[in-house]
Amino acid sequence: MHPAPSVILFSTLSGLGFGLLAFLGLGMPAPTGFSAFVWFTLAYLLAVGGLIASTFHLGHPERAMKAFKQWRSSWLSREGICAVVALIVMAIYGAGLVFADTRFTLLGYLGAVLSVGTVFTTAMIYTQIRTVPRWHNLTTPFMFLSLCIAGGALLSGRVSLAIPLLVIAAVAQIAHWVVGDKAFAKSGTTIATATGLGARGDVRAFEPPHTGTNYLLKEFVYVIGRKHATKLRIIALVLMAVVPLVALTLTQTDAVSGVVVHLFAAIAVISHLVGVFAARWLFFAQAEHVVGLYYGKR
Amino acid sequence: MTTLPTSTDKKLGLVIDLDTCVGCHACVISCKGWNTENYGAPLSDQDPYGAEPSGTFLNRVHSYEIQPEAAPAQLIHFPKSCLHCEDAPCVTVCPTGASYKRVEDGIVLVNEQDCIGCGLCAWACPYGAREMDATEKVMKKCTLCVDRIYNENLPEEDREPACVRTCPAGARHFGDFADPDSNVSKLTAERGGMDLMPEMGTKPVNKYLPPRLKDRDRSQDVDILAPLLDPVATESTGFLGWLDKALENMPGGKT
Repeated sequence: MHPAPSVILFSTLSGLGFGLLAFLGLGMPAPTGFSAFVWFTLAYLLAVGGLIASTFHLGHPERAMKAFKQWRSSWLSREGICAVVALIVMAIYGAGLVFADTRFTLLGYLGAVLSVGTVFTTAMIYTQIRTVPRWHNLTTPFMFLSLCIAGGALLSGRVSLAIPLLVIAAVAQIAHWVVGDKAFAKSGTTIATATGLGARGDVRAFEPPHTGTNYLLKEFVYVIGRKHATKLRIIALVLMAVVPLVALTLTQTDAVSGVVVHLFAAIAVISHLVGVFAARWLFFAQAEHVVGLYYGKR
Repeated sequence: MTTLPTSTDKKLGLVIDLDTCVGCHACVISCKGWNTENYGAPLSDQDPYGAEPSGTFLNRVHSYEIQPEAAPAQLIHFPKSCLHCEDAPCVTVCPTGASYKRVEDGIVLVNEQDCIGCGLCAWACPYGAREMDATEKVMKKCTLCVDRIYNENLPEEDREPACVRTCPAGARHFGDFADPDSNVSKLTAERGGMDLMPEMGTKPVNKYLPPRLKDRDRSQDVDILAPLLDPVATESTGFLGWLDKALENMPGGKT
């Protein structure tokens, strides 16, 4: 699948943003006044920035409002609705903390559920796509959700929670890779079933329909960078989990204190973000769509 | 509404005969011609006369080679367009309701005024039947020539999809699969019409007729009675035998 930068930016940034909103909603931390304003601004910049980035890949972004209509069947529609409701609920909760020094506890819990729910709907957009076997399994929502929650814990400074959550996220990411690597073969879809000619003998793509490329090949048969996939996976995992885990663990020891603690926390957050970017790029670049079979390509 | 109808009155679709298709691409051209001038946004081309031409097509013809275990290889021309699936995954993923399946005849269409160009429907389609137009930025797909088949301004013989009307080999047939006595239902039953990627659970309406088995020259085949007849010479004799030995004795002759 073509790794569109707008979609990678969106899923990484809003994943982290909604993770932070969830922890703010749970009152971890529960700042008030100006400090709350800073926390909520950061979370909204990430979540809304990601959402705005996601509209860049639309052919007609001016019609985006129409996408709220089909929640009965479409995960993309559900995602839009869930995101808007989560942002409104958390805005009211945040306004209470910033302007009235009041914490509407229940509203915060509701906002937290909706924030995590938004990331779940994002994950389901990919999980439902049967034509991409790598995505069409439980490890996809598990990976998206665990990264969102771990990122939220990391960004909100819940060090004791972030350490185990990062480990879980790393396991989820590895599981997604391990399951995903076998998924295409397991799906049973081959050039034989695609053409229906398999019973006759070995089927080979002889001639493509056109000499030039087309939308399908550009969008679904993206093969650039696959040969570096293993290296990129290691880099992604180290940046996303190992570096933050080491940095966070060091902040818990006597060796690191004062301003250095904040420096280490910043390193952990930035490293995590870059690692998730790399992993999300792979999420698309390594995903193979069954339509490639018609072109003799995988 | 992007939820699918539980059933449709008619099931209009195509039968494509892989035995008859000669791979001339006439259906590709007539499809592009009709659908550029009629229903919805035109099918654009990018750099059509340049070094890297590409464009939007609703029907493309692939060619495949089959190598049977004990027979000569066979070349199959394979036209592919929207299969108007009964359980169309492209419709349910649409967030705006632009994609829909018609209750009256089962045709899957896109309302281009509502299409936001997110591309998710093309992701959901296993067959590559949907293409985003690079100029109009909306999703294009086969309409089964909905603007021909009911068009009373056309002579009756033209009220079928452009690809079917133009096919010089008669490899494409149009009809109602809900009617067991229709030409397409009969063809499917007689010739073992098949689904593409049945494991995807899309229940395609369009069916493909498999190529018939080919005859071949059997004059050189060994007769089943051969063991009862005179032993067949396994080594060449006479002049050819001498030549064979002579060549083998030359340097590099033995392999």
